[in-house]
Amino acid sequence: MIRLRGLRIGRRRDLVCRQVVELVTDYLEGALSPAQQRRFEAHLAGCPHCTEYLAQMRATISLSGMLTPDDLTPQMRAEFIEVYRRWQADDSQRDESD
Amino acid sequence: MATDRDTDLLDRLRAGDEQAFGILVSRYHTALLALASGYVPSRAVAEEVVQDAWLGVLRGLGNFEGRSSFRTWLFRILVNRARSAGTLERRSVAVEDMEPVVDQSRFDAGGQWCAPPELWLEQLDDQAMAATMAVRVRLAIGELPARQREVVTLRDVEGLTSEEVCGVLEISAANQRVLLHRGRSKLRQVLETEFGRPG
Ligand SMILES: [Zn+2]
Repeated sequence: MIRLRGLRIGRRRDLVCRQVVELVTDYLEGALSPAQQRRFEAHLAGCPHCTEYLAQMRATISLSGMLTPDDLTPQMRAEFIEVYRRWQADDSQRDESD
Repeated sequence: MATDRDTDLLDRLRAGDEQAFGILVSRYHTALLALASGYVPSRAVAEEVVQDAWLGVLRGLGNFEGRSSFRTWLFRILVNRARSAGTLERRSVAVEDMEPVVDQSRFDAGGQWCAPPELWLEQLDDQAMAATMAVRVRLAIGELPARQREVVTLRDVEGLTSEEVCGVLEISAANQRVLLHRGRSKLRQVLETEFGRPG
């Protein structure tokens, strides 16, 4: 049983919208029990607002994933290669001293 | 580019292949920079943190056994470096808010919506609008409390699995879900507010 702000979920009764919005991520993560999931989906079937809310959460997630790539500048690439060469030099020095 | 698997590149790296290092660095650059940027005040410092993390990778290469995935290991090194370089976050580490994720005044006494979600999904069909809002979301991610920002960045920006995120941040699956939920819910609210802005 999950306690959510004093409300019990897990008892056999219908969810209300206020509970549904707190369960959206658990639902998307597949973390609800089969019984909870059935109640969650039953609520959505009768509630256009929560259905909209869930769709908006999905849209929010895909916007987060839409961020533009930050490509390596040639200068940074050169710096990284420098890091690598320094490390290799240190490394082979260590090998020799062993 | 995705054709070279990380493990193959690591083998080449161990054999002294400089080019393999270049491929790995570019592959993860956006992700590492975005993650580091959340902890430190400037891009220049974030770039240093990323370099430092790669140095950590090179030094640890001999001990990396591949029990976790390479990227779990890499992101964990980055997060540890960034946390210790970070000056921004000391205050917010203590308590994550446990408020409900939606303003309670939007529900009636019976828990039903009385101020339901505004409708804005259709506006995202417009590519330019979607791109603008993606930028807005990026800013909002930067303003999330530290733990939420870490989880949202790793999961939703970088596309790590929940198991990987738990491995990187060394948190439980339940904890990961709570942080993800709080972060995502705030971002949704930011979008609703943004779309509701007149003009
Ligand atoms: Zn509802």
